[in-house]
Amino acid sequence: MRRYLARRLLLLVPVLAGVSVIIFMVLHLAPGDPAEIMLGSQATREDLARLRADLGLNEPLHVQYLHWIGHVARGDLGRSLWMKRAVLGEVLTRFRATLLLTATALVLSTTIGVALGVAAATRPSMPSFWLGIVLMVVFALRLGWLPASGMYAPHGGGDLGDLLSHLVLPAVTLAAASVTIVARLTRSAMLDTLGQDYVRTARAKGVSDRAVVLRHGLGNALVPIVTVVGVQAGYLLGGAVLTETVFAWPGVGTLMVQGILARDFPLVQGCVLVVALSFVLVNLGVDLLYAWLDPRIRYE
Amino acid sequence: MSEAGAAAVTLARAAPEARRRHALGRLAGRNRLAIVGALALLLAVSAALLAPWLPLADPDAVDTPNRLRPPLTAGHTLGTDEFGRDLLARLVWGARVSLTAGALSAAAAMLIGVALGVLGGFYTGWIETVVMRLTDILMAFPYVLLAIAIVAGLGPGLRNAMVAIAIVGFPFYTRLVRGVVLSLREREFVEAARALGASDAVILGRHVLPHLLSPVIVAFSLDVGAKILATAGLSFLGLGTQPPTADWGSMLATGRQFVILSPHVVLLPGLAIFVIVLALNLVGDALRDLLDPRVG
Repeated sequence: MRRYLARRLLLLVPVLAGVSVIIFMVLHLAPGDPAEIMLGSQATREDLARLRADLGLNEPLHVQYLHWIGHVARGDLGRSLWMKRAVLGEVLTRFRATLLLTATALVLSTTIGVALGVAAATRPSMPSFWLGIVLMVVFALRLGWLPASGMYAPHGGGDLGDLLSHLVLPAVTLAAASVTIVARLTRSAMLDTLGQDYVRTARAKGVSDRAVVLRHGLGNALVPIVTVVGVQAGYLLGGAVLTETVFAWPGVGTLMVQGILARDFPLVQGCVLVVALSFVLVNLGVDLLYAWLDPRIRYE
Repeated sequence: MSEAGAAAVTLARAAPEARRRHALGRLAGRNRLAIVGALALLLAVSAALLAPWLPLADPDAVDTPNRLRPPLTAGHTLGTDEFGRDLLARLVWGARVSLTAGALSAAAAMLIGVALGVLGGFYTGWIETVVMRLTDILMAFPYVLLAIAIVAGLGPGLRNAMVAIAIVGFPFYTRLVRGVVLSLREREFVEAARALGASDAVILGRHVLPHLLSPVIVAFSLDVGAKILATAGLSFLGLGTQPPTADWGSMLATGRQFVILSPHVVLLPGLAIFVIVLALNLVGDALRDLLDPRVG
């Protein structure tokens, strides 16, 4: 197990290197001069030259990449052009909000999805951003039960109750799509295990129905369920962008969209890098969970 | 009598065909929903195709005195949007954009993904390594996030949104196809073909590709819906279709500001996406039941 962990951690290096190359390339191979794109068509020649020199845009591409990744490795994601602040601190602050939203949605979709496992659910077909708007209209604007947007009330809020009431609608919206996936998979995994010989044996021994379903059924169905929950965690991290936009949730998603609209490349790169890194770590965590859940899985 | 006899002979000759049709009938009976889904799809696709010839208002004609009219207003069956544009016309013309964007980006993802999957599965060595590491890296990103980043680099617009969605979507096909090709590569008929001196091209074209058809068709039919959702999402963020072009995602985005007074502006395009993607999922599931022998 320890050797497997070491190897997996080592394998992260090429994956993360590839991830960083793609993030860098995506924003630098785009047609047009990044400096011109960032400053807009009104910029003077001097401004452009200064920004180019500032960002090292006159260097060859591989030198620019090495320069950028060198700074990234030291925890320096650059400075946001738009906010004039260090990207890393800004992204991490926002990431806390995204993480809170994603984790809540994941807990919701897992508990509800596993509980609904018997219901035959289908793939998600409702656009989450639309569901969000509908929920907002009904529960916030018409019924007035919950706040419509943001993370805290502008006045007098700031406590846990305030945060939770703001969290309900975006978390439910984000969770909705993956509830159906988790429910569908739980159902098929449960049917699969409950049809096994050892379940029949357990029943024949007179084990109670509850114990059969929970210990023999759910216990063994957990491996595929954990897989899909892990995949969902990544999906939710990415899908949070849309939900955050609908509810003005101050997370990485809204930050990234603002960065794109402001053509703030260092900020966008920082957002993508932080989310991709957390996604990779979640996947690693899921793989490690397997071994713990299913003793038959041995990593060589 | 003779007619019945002739029919029996035809039936005997066409036994596999008849069996398949019988299976189709059984599936249809079990899956009425899929028929409803197929009908909804057919309706949407024909409306989208026939849009220029349908008696619809100009989808981009601004008529500010008649803005935000509710559905069932005279002259505007589904009402008007914030510029007084006819919503029914915009929905139908938007279907052209949304359906085409979904189908094209799924098709592009499929073509790239299948090609790379076949290469990565059939050839060991550096080709396999390069292909699989590339898909690993692309899959190390959350799907939507990478698409957004790519559009950020390429610049907003429907074409760039479709390119981005195709790029983040192809590893899914590569994984699927490579798995099938890997198992086919070791099968006896491939070995036999190789022993008879068949070239790689012949083996791939005659013995490998036909086996890929049904899994790829099933995956594609389910993927078009996902791609429609993804392009609508990018348009919603303002990164896809640009105004004034109607598209279900951008209609939702602009309608958002008027949702309190005129919820229909948001409800209708959202419902359109929901119904079409649901229909695609139902049809895809039925296709899977039909084509995938592992599902009983």
